[in-house]
Amino acid sequence: MQTTTHHQPTTSPEIGGVGHSIPRVEDARFVQGAGNYLDDVNLPGMLHMAILRSPVAHANLVSIDDSAAMELDGVLAVVTGELMAAHNLAWMPTLSGDTQAVLATDKVRYQGQEVACVIATDRYIAEDALRLIDVEYEELEPITNPQRSLEADAPLIRTDKEDVTDNVSFTWEAGDQAATDAAFAQASKVVTLETHYPRSHPSPLETCGIVADVNPATGQATIYMTSQAPHAHRTLFALVAGLPEQNIRIISPDIGGGFGNKVPIYPGYVVATAASLLIGLPVKWVESRTENLISTGFGRDYHMTGSLALDEGGRILGLRTDLLADQGAFYSDAQPTKFRAGLFHIVTGSYDFAAAHVTAKGAFTNKAPGGVAYRCSFRVTEASYLIERLIQNAAYEIGMDPAEFRRINFIQPDQFPYTSPTGFVYDSGDYETAMQKAMDMVGYDDLRSEQAAARQEGRLVGIGMASFTEVVGAGPAHTYDIAGLKMFDSAELRVHPTGKAILKLGVKTQGQGHETTFAQIVAEELGIPATDIAVMHGDTDNTPYGLGTYASRSTPVGGGATAMVARKLRDKARKIAAHLLEASPEDLEWEPGKFSVKGSPDASVTIQDIAFAAYTNHPEDEEAGLEGVHYYNPPNMTYPFGTYIVVVDLDSDTGVWKVRRMVAVDDCGVRINPMIVDGQIHGGLAEGFAKANMQWITFDDDGNCIGSNFMDYLVPTAWETPRFELGETVTPSPHHPIGAKGVGESATVGSPAAFVNAVIDAVAHLGVRNIDMPVLPDRVWKAIQNA
Amino acid sequence: MQININVNGTDHSLDVEPRRLLVDAIRSDLGLRGTHIGCDTTSCGACTVLVDGTPIKSCTMFAVQADGSAVTTVEGLKGADGLSAVQQGFSAEHGLQCGFCTPGMMLVSTALLEENPDPSEDDIRWAISGNICRCTGYVNIVKAVQWAAAAARNGGEEG
Repeated sequence: MQTTTHHQPTTSPEIGGVGHSIPRVEDARFVQGAGNYLDDVNLPGMLHMAILRSPVAHANLVSIDDSAAMELDGVLAVVTGELMAAHNLAWMPTLSGDTQAVLATDKVRYQGQEVACVIATDRYIAEDALRLIDVEYEELEPITNPQRSLEADAPLIRTDKEDVTDNVSFTWEAGDQAATDAAFAQASKVVTLETHYPRSHPSPLETCGIVADVNPATGQATIYMTSQAPHAHRTLFALVAGLPEQNIRIISPDIGGGFGNKVPIYPGYVVATAASLLIGLPVKWVESRTENLISTGFGRDYHMTGSLALDEGGRILGLRTDLLADQGAFYSDAQPTKFRAGLFHIVTGSYDFAAAHVTAKGAFTNKAPGGVAYRCSFRVTEASYLIERLIQNAAYEIGMDPAEFRRINFIQPDQFPYTSPTGFVYDSGDYETAMQKAMDMVGYDDLRSEQAAARQEGRLVGIGMASFTEVVGAGPAHTYDIAGLKMFDSAELRVHPTGKAILKLGVKTQGQGHETTFAQIVAEELGIPATDIAVMHGDTDNTPYGLGTYASRSTPVGGGATAMVARKLRDKARKIAAHLLEASPEDLEWEPGKFSVKGSPDASVTIQDIAFAAYTNHPEDEEAGLEGVHYYNPPNMTYPFGTYIVVVDLDSDTGVWKVRRMVAVDDCGVRINPMIVDGQIHGGLAEGFAKANMQWITFDDDGNCIGSNFMDYLVPTAWETPRFELGETVTPSPHHPIGAKGVGESATVGSPAAFVNAVIDAVAHLGVRNIDMPVLPDRVWKAIQNA
Repeated sequence: MQININVNGTDHSLDVEPRRLLVDAIRSDLGLRGTHIGCDTTSCGACTVLVDGTPIKSCTMFAVQADGSAVTTVEGLKGADGLSAVQQGFSAEHGLQCGFCTPGMMLVSTALLEENPDPSEDDIRWAISGNICRCTGYVNIVKAVQWAAAAARNGGEEG
């Protein structure tokens, strides 16, 4: 695929197809405060739920006395694990084949675990009642790191499993061990990096929540839920709760950010639904921020060791990585079934070499479970971070500039489709062009000169780079599924008689702008103005089945479905046009918005004429109407890439570093709405900066979560967040219907390594090769002192 | 307790518990759902409203403390002439994605522009630094405020 600097739109601005930065349809309601988020859902008679959570990390549950709580005016029920067990709902399956406690029955296994729920007429009363519940715990040794978890004398966390004798949650490997060993045996140099990608939390500004409304007369369950995957959740509700699936309707209203946090099913959802079923009234539960941070899906927490084998000229011969995943108390990673460490084996990145081997082990600890793909495709962020950090260290060891080291090891444009040593087939790429563009934008050579001069003056300047490759768009049904559900996605398109249309999607926006960009795909394919197309999503009764929005899959999969259904309709439109023009379908030419007879451009009909005819004057041998549905099974994943360069100034006396420049060149294939793409990249870069600079979740030795609110869990404000300079190259995906690759997560995947590499680069001449994230000033200062 | 507050130009008399948070009075008692709740610690600013013109995080103010005050919420930003310059700017510059922080961001921006019609980028970043956005990286929020400032200077025309 040819790489270009810009994709030229093929439709007019009035049609607003692919490539136009049209304004977002969503904005009108949001700027007027008229969005409809989960907490805005209020139903007649609705009750409120609050959750009592364990204050300790590891303890036997001795007793629960809820008598005082039950006496409080306004309290209807206190739900305990015992009650849930009576309905066979005390445990639920996770997305990784484990089981997770809904409400504790035997032990609590992390601080914040759900112990009891109060259902009351008012949230204030429900919270009051929590204080009246008396729980007796018998404390056990808390395990707060995976290294301790794997020691022979560590207490067993999963005593709920009869056949389990250790704290190992999974083991997994990918690649070719023998070939990798051989590559290392040949190496003239081996470079190793040990690092921890710390636990983080997606913390969308809207927390998770549910309003469960089970009608006792009909058995119909209407579940309003902050869900990134409403259809999958409907099926899981049916399987877990035993409700008939036709009676379940999941409505995911406007979502105030997801970032992976809203993919799993959480215990509170199960209890609220069970309570509504038992009481016969709607039940609302909305997390507090603390509940969100201490109990729901975290990201990362991978302890990683990576080694590169190099030849004398600096060519990479092989890569070996070993992972230790801190899983928390339950194995509830949200990821495709076949991949126990997600898609971490993309760790070979943008580089061409023959041998790689990945081993991974997960360990249970007394920490919250999760392992969601926090603004990334499954574990791709960890992989990208490790290889891009290793690359820079390798360049130092052989005395080559990191940019030059990348250049001589990049996969070349003529090698695509490229099969990686761990089995991915990269669709398209041109890594050197993107890197060169970023280097030109930032003025790389001048910066290197300035850096050298600064060192002479005792000033520290660092230039860090990451040339990432992502794998997104899960995915092809032969390889990818979530809990057995194949990862296709769908689109249903109905063109009304007046030429306006409604598009219904299996994916679900959380701020990405689907109501605008998916209309643009239809506009591109049918020539109907994007503003004439309504987009509906997030309601399982009114949209076709899909796996939802996460892992940058909406555009690669749902976008593919949208283009394909529009093409189906265009094929039918051609037949109707032929009927109207009294010509043969093969004699018609298409341009966006109309068919005309070849050689007689005046003999033409618009898509609007055709739509009207579909309901008023359709050909006798065709069905009436102009609508269709398409379930799109992508032939491959897509592989967005880019180069990010960060320049920092570092104060050696304090360890404080400031970002002077941040240049990001992204190649996500064809850009549907460049304005929205830039917005996605800005947000992702801020996330990457957050993790490099300040944002992490830690635990003390007792298993207390440090980072349980926004005063301790530091997410950057506008003041700390650096300015970003964006650039683009365009290398279309050869297999995607419109050549798009997905972009929502590239910047979060690629940028952490660029930030950290910049800090390391400022002190590399002192011998520093690693500082773990977040790269806090005290860590930098210590690294300098110890160098 | 009985309190009297003026919200978006309309007088309301409410009977509230002393402990009731202003944000709950606004959202639940008055049904104005544009004011959001994002944290419990005055950290995120999703619940920002203007109390007598000053941005206040309504999750950390009791409703009774607003007795006798004039409160502006996002629902009060739109005037007789349509969307305010700040509202238009947020849309024009793609200053919002999920929209959850947007009401609070627009209210602090409105207060900023009242006080400083020609703010620098640093002025804007400082003014909105009590409000968290998880989607935009703040880049386009800054541009949105600049757009609104320019529009106001140009007499309501597009910046």
